[in-house]
Amino acid sequence: MTLDEFFCIGITVTLGSHTFEPEAIKAFARKYDPQIFHLDEEAAKKSVFGGLCASGWHTAATWMKLNLETGVEAEGVRWAGAGPAPEFGPSPGFKNLKWLKPVYAGETVTFTRTALAHRPIMSRPGWRLLTLRSEAFDSTGDKVIEFESAVLVKMG
Amino acid sequence: MTGKTWAYEDFVEGASLDLGTKLVSAAEIIEFAQEFDAQPMHLDEAAGKASILGGLAASGWHTCAMFMRMLCDAFLLDSTSQGAPGVDQVRWKKPVLAGDILSGNTTVLAKRLSRSKPQLGLITMRSELFNQRGEGVFELENTVMFLARDAAQGPS
Repeated sequence: MTLDEFFCIGITVTLGSHTFEPEAIKAFARKYDPQIFHLDEEAAKKSVFGGLCASGWHTAATWMKLNLETGVEAEGVRWAGAGPAPEFGPSPGFKNLKWLKPVYAGETVTFTRTALAHRPIMSRPGWRLLTLRSEAFDSTGDKVIEFESAVLVKMG
Repeated sequence: MTGKTWAYEDFVEGASLDLGTKLVSAAEIIEFAQEFDAQPMHLDEAAGKASILGGLAASGWHTCAMFMRMLCDAFLLDSTSQGAPGVDQVRWKKPVLAGDILSGNTTVLAKRLSRSKPQLGLITMRSELFNQRGEGVFELENTVMFLARDAAQGPS
């Protein structure tokens, strides 16, 4: 088995769907992003977004939730190379995150992940950096968020 | 919209805004992780110590959310913000551990009025968070939209 096969390079994996209920939108916003269009239906109607919508960070964090729930094993991929299976570690960050369309209260969003490439990390022998494209789409098929992230992987 | 302290005109290129401080508790690290990022190093002190992160560590998405709250409390809620289309880059530079006290600042890198909507201004900013030892733990670059003062004070 090659690492490309294990990481599912070039394959878009659907991670699942999540419905953003108004109470959950407001609960997240009260803690982390208390802007009026994430907190109050009436005030949100008069705002730039025209309705209660999820914090962009709420949408991004929900990608992480579904990403974890859909490990590589969920795709039927089992490590069959030499030595122990590669182990996923922390992420150094992400780039080019775009909030393309507001996620309004009650909207159901479907999240995806596409592994792009992997390379050795010179400063950290035994680890590789896997890059990913993350996307999500609302019930009409419009893309609501995209970003490019990366994760450190400890090789067995 | 009237009476906000911060409109487009009030952001000066090169100026730095203080984001205040934030004590990161173990309880909130675990609470966020249980909902969005249920990996052992974000849920359990011993697992965190045994990991590459070296202690019970906040999810990077939690750090984004905490940063957002600091930004809101520092100036965003008292501004003419119209939201942000995205984030160019986030770097999770060092682990944010339970008990850390975060501080930070936001520097205005550039500003310009929108070509299509002259009442709207685009502020490009770089934000950084530091721990109590002054080590940079988080960096974010993005562009936020703010109404110009006249537009904000006119009829909406």
